[in-house]
Amino acid sequence: MAESTTFTNATQILEPFRGVKKVTLEEYFTSGHRTCQGCESALVMKLMVKAAGPRTIVLGSTGCMYVANTTYYTTPWVVPWMHTQLGSSGSAALGTAAGLKALMRKGKMKAEPINVIAFCGDGGGADMGVGAISATLTHKEYNSLILLYDNESYANTDIQLSGMTPYGAHTTFSPPGKAKRIIHTRWKKNMAGMMAAGHPECRYVATVCASYAVEMMNKVRRALTIGGPTFIHSLDPCPKGWDYDPMLSHELGELAIETGIFPLYEVEDHQVRYYGKTKAIVEGRERKPVREYLLKQGRFAHFTEEDLEYFQKKVDEMWEKWEIPAVVPFRRLEATKAALEVK
Amino acid sequence: MAVATRPAPAAAEDKELLISGSEAVAEALTLADIDVVTAYPIRPYDTVMQAIAKKIANGQLVAEYIVAEGEHSQFEIVKHASTVGARVFCGSSGVGWAYAMECLVVTPPLRVPMIALVGNRALDDPGAFGVEHNDALFVRDLGWLLCWIDTSQEALDTTLIAYRVAEDRRVFLPLAISADGAFLTHSQALTMVPPKSKVDRYLPRYDRGDLLLHPDNPITVAPQANEDWVIEIRRQNNEAMARASTVIEEAYAEFRRVFGRGPENPWFEEYMTDDAEVILVGMGTISLPIKVAIREMRAKGKKVGLVRLRWFRPFPTDRLVAALSRAQALGVIDRDYSFGSPFGSGVVANEIRAALYNAARRPPLLSFICGLGGREVTLEDVYKATDMCYGAAKAGKSDPKTHWLGVRE
Repeated sequence: MAESTTFTNATQILEPFRGVKKVTLEEYFTSGHRTCQGCESALVMKLMVKAAGPRTIVLGSTGCMYVANTTYYTTPWVVPWMHTQLGSSGSAALGTAAGLKALMRKGKMKAEPINVIAFCGDGGGADMGVGAISATLTHKEYNSLILLYDNESYANTDIQLSGMTPYGAHTTFSPPGKAKRIIHTRWKKNMAGMMAAGHPECRYVATVCASYAVEMMNKVRRALTIGGPTFIHSLDPCPKGWDYDPMLSHELGELAIETGIFPLYEVEDHQVRYYGKTKAIVEGRERKPVREYLLKQGRFAHFTEEDLEYFQKKVDEMWEKWEIPAVVPFRRLEATKAALEVK
Repeated sequence: MAVATRPAPAAAEDKELLISGSEAVAEALTLADIDVVTAYPIRPYDTVMQAIAKKIANGQLVAEYIVAEGEHSQFEIVKHASTVGARVFCGSSGVGWAYAMECLVVTPPLRVPMIALVGNRALDDPGAFGVEHNDALFVRDLGWLLCWIDTSQEALDTTLIAYRVAEDRRVFLPLAISADGAFLTHSQALTMVPPKSKVDRYLPRYDRGDLLLHPDNPITVAPQANEDWVIEIRRQNNEAMARASTVIEEAYAEFRRVFGRGPENPWFEEYMTDDAEVILVGMGTISLPIKVAIREMRAKGKKVGLVRLRWFRPFPTDRLVAALSRAQALGVIDRDYSFGSPFGSGVVANEIRAALYNAARRPPLLSFICGLGGREVTLEDVYKATDMCYGAAKAGKSDPKTHWLGVRE
């Protein structure tokens, strides 16, 4: 393992895996968890820590990947792991990194780059913990990765809607009824775009989907290598919360990308780079209609044509109207565009 | 007669500084060489963070100094830093402490020896900066060690003692040092600051041992336990709290040996109690008006004494009962409230009632609430309380009513 520069900002240099056959065999997330059949988030945990390697500390905030995943006496974690509170993934990452840095800086601990990864679900990360994550992304002197595994609901507590639940989805807090077909009328937060746009000194933000496992692991490796605080948003199909046959997890991940609902990209030092099918869409490939994705899931079974059209229109806007398609929802005024062109 | 206001013998190597309670804590933190400290502004505790920031800016202390975005993160950050082996410090006041409540709850079962300063402040609403003890008392049932200090010197000394106690493997619990807002956090007094060499002799390095979160010790901390194990974990916490009593006794004895000052009784200060007919009980800086009033009253022949409680958790039941049961009447003066509690009394009064329940001799006990929101406790308040205590002594029974002193009717 190579190390970069001085230990105070040193990171492990984790080169990208050049293809699935080059991926290391060692597992650091193994048997012992109790997640559902077809759980994509458990796969995300496994790939995340496989990508990070053995000199890693993982902090897990409350959520499925705590409650269902990490049980006393049957822990699946081979690397050191610690629970943190629901809204504390940012603070856990920052505190762990600061503790290690202080001890190494003062010669109280052997100096070496240790990966610090804190994960959170969409409830813990995008609802309750967004302030702490935001703060951590401004502390450039502490190396850590915050990984948000987004299964689009509070899936551990009975599938309640979060700020990341898609428009109209049926959850236990947003059941379709006779008087109101749709209770959840909020549009999903744009977490990765928000983190990238709002934190000028955060050097790396990416979106991933475990349907594209090697790409996902390489983004984790890039985030840990580049140093400072970094953020990755993973979209994780959830058979229980989304109500589909567990065999479809992988396919639904692909469809989320192919319909353009969830774009795959990274923002490294402010430069946006699209990946895979998302890149193809940017370069002109047609997006699949959102109905192909939505109607495979029971949580949208109550959708009418009107609802499908509304959803399609909102996704179309992401691609056709946003200044940086599917990343940043700003739009320049015509007058501003003209003024910039004159310059 | 036990009088704890004797000046400490001046050790030649000590330097004497005119500093506030908060600044005294910062001196101790520098001497203890803390590793990670997190700050967030709220009056009055935040003066300690201002003092630490200056220490760091001037190169007197090397530590990671993080200004958090709220108290919740403030306490979570140091909690996690402690699990990888860092000596940490944190603090808050009033509703800030309340905002951190979730983190305060999880720290004891994680066995994290965090030291926190609570600059006691009234809880909102309405807004008030002044002292009330309800903020720190939030944690009284949770496994936090909890003590109240009275002077800048005690602030400095207790901070050093705190690390020694909390970081003792037999304890490994968080510890909150409570300091009355303004009266102590902001008030300056001459304070003996010992040299680093003495502190190094007194305070061993924080060693997290096999609980260290590190790739060389790949443990899983706080996995989901449920009914299978939680009650055993609670009992372990309880046992650690029980062991803390011994560790506190040892830490004070060792403190006296190394620094040549400090009380022989760690748990509470006794002021003129040896022959006292009436003993008043309080915590924190309320001792000042009470002591002045006691001197005035003694000049007029009333034998009154004060027990100033330092340690609230662990609660020094046996020693306190022994000291209090001698009196003819007790007056407990709470700077806190507990609405709807037995007799409508404050927290300290009811704790002492409970402690006395099995005592062979139970003097009549009167409960007083005063000084809330930082209101000054006057000599008249103390005289009034004392007179009522004499009345109870004469009647030979407690008045179950709780008396609010110095309140507009």
